[in-house]
Amino acid sequence: MVIRGEVIRYGDDVNTDVIFPGRYLAITDPEEMAEHAMEDLDPDFHEKIKRRRIIVAGKNFGCGSSREQAATCLKYAGVEAIVAKSFARIFYRNAINQGLPIIESEEAAEDIDEGDDVEIDTKKGLIKNLTKDHEYLFHPLPPFIQEIIDAGGLINSLRKRISSSR
Amino acid sequence: MGETIAEKILARAAGKKKVDAGDIVDASVDLAMSHDNAALVSKVFKEIGVSRVWDPSRIVIVLDHRVPANTIKAAEAHKSIREFVGEQGIKHFYDVGVGICHQVLPEKGFVRPGMLVVGTDSHTTTYGAFGVFSTGIGATEMAGVWATGKLWLKVPETFRMIVNGKLPYMVAAKDVILHIIGEIGADGANYKAIEFYGETIDDFSVASRMTVSNQAMEAGAKAAIVPPDEKTIGYVKERTSKEVKSVFADEDAEYEKTFEFDVSDLEPQIACPHTVDNVKPVGEVEGLHIDQAVLGSCTNGRVEDLAVAAGILKGKKVAEHVRMIVVPASREVYMDAVKKGYIQVFLEAGATIVNPGCGPCLGAHQGVLAAGERAITSTNRNFKGRMGSTEAEVYLASPATVAVSALKGEIADPREVK
Ligand code: SF4
Repeated sequence: MVIRGEVIRYGDDVNTDVIFPGRYLAITDPEEMAEHAMEDLDPDFHEKIKRRRIIVAGKNFGCGSSREQAATCLKYAGVEAIVAKSFARIFYRNAINQGLPIIESEEAAEDIDEGDDVEIDTKKGLIKNLTKDHEYLFHPLPPFIQEIIDAGGLINSLRKRISSSR
Repeated sequence: MGETIAEKILARAAGKKKVDAGDIVDASVDLAMSHDNAALVSKVFKEIGVSRVWDPSRIVIVLDHRVPANTIKAAEAHKSIREFVGEQGIKHFYDVGVGICHQVLPEKGFVRPGMLVVGTDSHTTTYGAFGVFSTGIGATEMAGVWATGKLWLKVPETFRMIVNGKLPYMVAAKDVILHIIGEIGADGANYKAIEFYGETIDDFSVASRMTVSNQAMEAGAKAAIVPPDEKTIGYVKERTSKEVKSVFADEDAEYEKTFEFDVSDLEPQIACPHTVDNVKPVGEVEGLHIDQAVLGSCTNGRVEDLAVAAGILKGKKVAEHVRMIVVPASREVYMDAVKKGYIQVFLEAGATIVNPGCGPCLGAHQGVLAAGERAITSTNRNFKGRMGSTEAEVYLASPATVAVSALKGEIADPREVK
């Protein structure tokens, strides 16, 4: 999968409470979740996401609660990939299960600036920063995780598996 | 090379002789826990296209987050869960008022050493206090577990944490784990399993160990395991007649890192806004005005915690400007606290007791903070907006520190209590 777009930047330890506040947890419709994405962190997020589709952040992105809405709301808000120095583990799993590509790269997370135009090749494990003309390598996701993302998330890939075993 | 507890439990769950850290395994889970978010899980489950859950006897659902329902949406979510458990024949369903999931599961005898437990809640690590590999997962993957009984897991590297020393007066498990998180950082154990050892941990009650395994999630831990001993077995055997198969690490198990802490001079610790690793000794924040004091949650809402606070509050009144909210972690805890007279003490001190559940911990109801307000609480998270307004401040502390601060109306040192 190749994803290209401009970047929105955040810092370290962006937690799930600011990505998707607990007061909205009863919401089950993903489009409605998206309306509250990043509400407690960045009031301009919805303006930015209209043009910029890739989030780049520091360490421990998505720490805190297991709430999957944090990944879901970002995906439905239009985020196409997240690059960070590191991710909190449950967020990492949730993003994959939602079919949201997620990339760990210290180098890229340090070098890429707000607004940079980048291209991510998830299979090759390569990020190109077209604005700066820099390249960063990362460990490509293991094949079965690629499969989940390619299928558009865990549910679709389970559905496929179940129907093919019938 | 020998194996850690995490490696042994995951090998068994994956049907393999041996696994190594870094392997990805397809594990059969022993128990799957969900709370109010079972509404979302069941919605996703229906999209998969299987009609029955894999094993209704291995699914436990506890309503605790917004109980009794605080909004129509929450009420509808609860209703859909009740319908789902009825349709699927899920018997282990605990409706509004029984308690917080992480208290109810051990209490009702679901948790036994050596198990692999997953839950749609990050603090599922709590059951590690019983020698269990237990970890939080998302709602979608739980739907997958409900359908197949299986889940992919990466076998984590293990950190060995050795805690030695006799704790000083009024210093408790919460202070120990906050201190550790302050030292290693909020991502200090990200993706890792932790095994706890040392004389301090050996001395801890089951309740204190649950505090440690619960709060350890705030360092990113995937599992936070205390090897079982006679206290663990005693607690478990009182609650279930099922066989107990404890799992221990080998002598020559391979740990990624070993940490040693000596807590014999530890001061009461406070996690200051807005990250759990922003930990300071109480002396550095003493005197800060507070508006609310919360005693409860899956971290510190057990009868042992209420006992400490009641000891401090007995015959006294909380400061006039402080709203003190007490949330027993479960109905069993509540009844025990009534019997022992603690509830009477809290009421006489001017506290408000709310029903067992998560209460104000997640900022949904029962004590939401206004902008500019400050709370001290025995819960486990102090993120911006966690308990209400993003302009409010949340300080995490032990039950003793919460109680003495409520009395003084400002953050205070419990060691002053004679
Ligand atoms: S008490 Fe708080 S931390 Fe514990 S399960 Fe409830 S919301 Fe989560």
